[in-house]
Amino acid sequence: MLRLPDFDYYAPSTAEEAVRVAADHGPDAAYVAGGTDLYPNMKRRQQTPAVVVGLSRISALREITGEASSGLRIGAGVTLTRLAEDERVRAAYPSVAYAASTISTPLLRNMGTIGGNLLLDTRCNYYDQTYEWRKSIDFCMKRDGEICWVAPSSPKCWAVNSSDEAPLMVALDAKLRFVSPEGEREIPARELYGADGINYLTKRPDELLLDVCLPPANGWRAAYVKLRRRASFDFPVLGVAARVKTAADGTVEEATVVLGAVHPSPRIIEEAGAVLVGRKLTDEAIREAGEIAQHLARPLDNTDFLPHWRKQVVATHVGRALAGLR
Amino acid sequence: MSAPVPLTHITRARNGRPAKRRAQFTVNGEPVDVLFAPHKTLLEVLREDLNLTGTKHGCELGECGACAVLVDGEPVLACLVLGLDAEGRDVTTVEGMADGPALHPIQEAFAQYGAAQCGYCTPSFMLTAQVLLEKNPSPSRDEIREALSSSICRCTGYVKIYEAVELAAARMRGEEADILEEAIYGR
Repeated sequence: MLRLPDFDYYAPSTAEEAVRVAADHGPDAAYVAGGTDLYPNMKRRQQTPAVVVGLSRISALREITGEASSGLRIGAGVTLTRLAEDERVRAAYPSVAYAASTISTPLLRNMGTIGGNLLLDTRCNYYDQTYEWRKSIDFCMKRDGEICWVAPSSPKCWAVNSSDEAPLMVALDAKLRFVSPEGEREIPARELYGADGINYLTKRPDELLLDVCLPPANGWRAAYVKLRRRASFDFPVLGVAARVKTAADGTVEEATVVLGAVHPSPRIIEEAGAVLVGRKLTDEAIREAGEIAQHLARPLDNTDFLPHWRKQVVATHVGRALAGLR
Repeated sequence: MSAPVPLTHITRARNGRPAKRRAQFTVNGEPVDVLFAPHKTLLEVLREDLNLTGTKHGCELGECGACAVLVDGEPVLACLVLGLDAEGRDVTTVEGMADGPALHPIQEAFAQYGAAQCGYCTPSFMLTAQVLLEKNPSPSRDEIREALSSSICRCTGYVKIYEAVELAAARMRGEEADILEEAIYGR
């Protein structure tokens, strides 16, 4: 059996208490919301916090507040099921609800939260394995080892960001609100993700995600397209988030194309967005944007399917995302 | 310095292991009061401390669905819920489906259709189907497929499972329904 390692468990009922406990234990503490990312990792000894701070009793984290016209605020503890079904989210941010509905399975969505998905640990073929499996290859640099098996000459870790909501939040320019003993601070989604599979977040470990603030829902549209082997369970092997703002005649004024599940962080492909500006979303413009994104995508041997093939399908999926916004 | 935080009390036993902690919740309508190590999952508590072995341990990583139980009526994976987080909750396992000697219509339909071979995934399919039918008494095949997509069956495939859920749904709606003729072995 895969059992959890020994740890001390706290279940505070307010964010202030949670932050205080985490701060008291420094890097030995981990927050847990739905547990669908942390607990499997703990069972495989990828993460072994001595103190776990459960957030499920903090009702303040489960609220969705605000109006679409001024921006909706989604509590970090809102489950993915609720995010996918919430009427306000579905009406004003259909891509956000859709992306949530594609995450793993219905039961995992009943447990997993938007906060957990946005802060998901990076994943890799050589990392998401049991302790014994990892030991047999002398581990990897993300945990217990020295080398990156994805790119053995690389000085950095190439684990991949497999969140479905992260590329969308980057495309939408959402803001995340964190709290720590030093007070609150806001980090734009675009500045949250680091370029390294180990230091994949720019937030400090003791900072607790309170909520995500979506921008006002008028004047732009967004889409998300996900590629994976099975229509359930699987993490994306490619996620494309696209956001466009068009003039009344359909001319693109702003465009953002973000690739997920390809690099250690969701990556904005600036050139693909730029090539669309000033044009309508014609087949030709969409094809060009897709080809640029494909050229710049660097999938590696860190998740399902061959990296070569994952690169070949980027243009098609960028195209599907953009065609949905016509 | 702020006032001490009123947290669940933690003590260490003399050997350095965490002392057992207590949780009180209900399982299949009966109140339980259990002591267990704080890092035990609800799955482990149900099977090892409460001897309710109907809930199965499969992958234990959330990738197979075998350990599904209902917590406050919502299906979740018991392998990824701490036993301590069941405190005050209402847990339903497959043992809670039947009404005394009378099988639940979903159990009856699964048995009639042979929708179980080795049976390991069956509790999870039946419990998630139960929640589906409470919310949606007339689900389409696609809705059943989606609702049951958390569980993996490695024996039968899924057709008989879907047919059994459809049969149970019809009976629960009060319709006269029986197993499809062509599904009966040996005819």
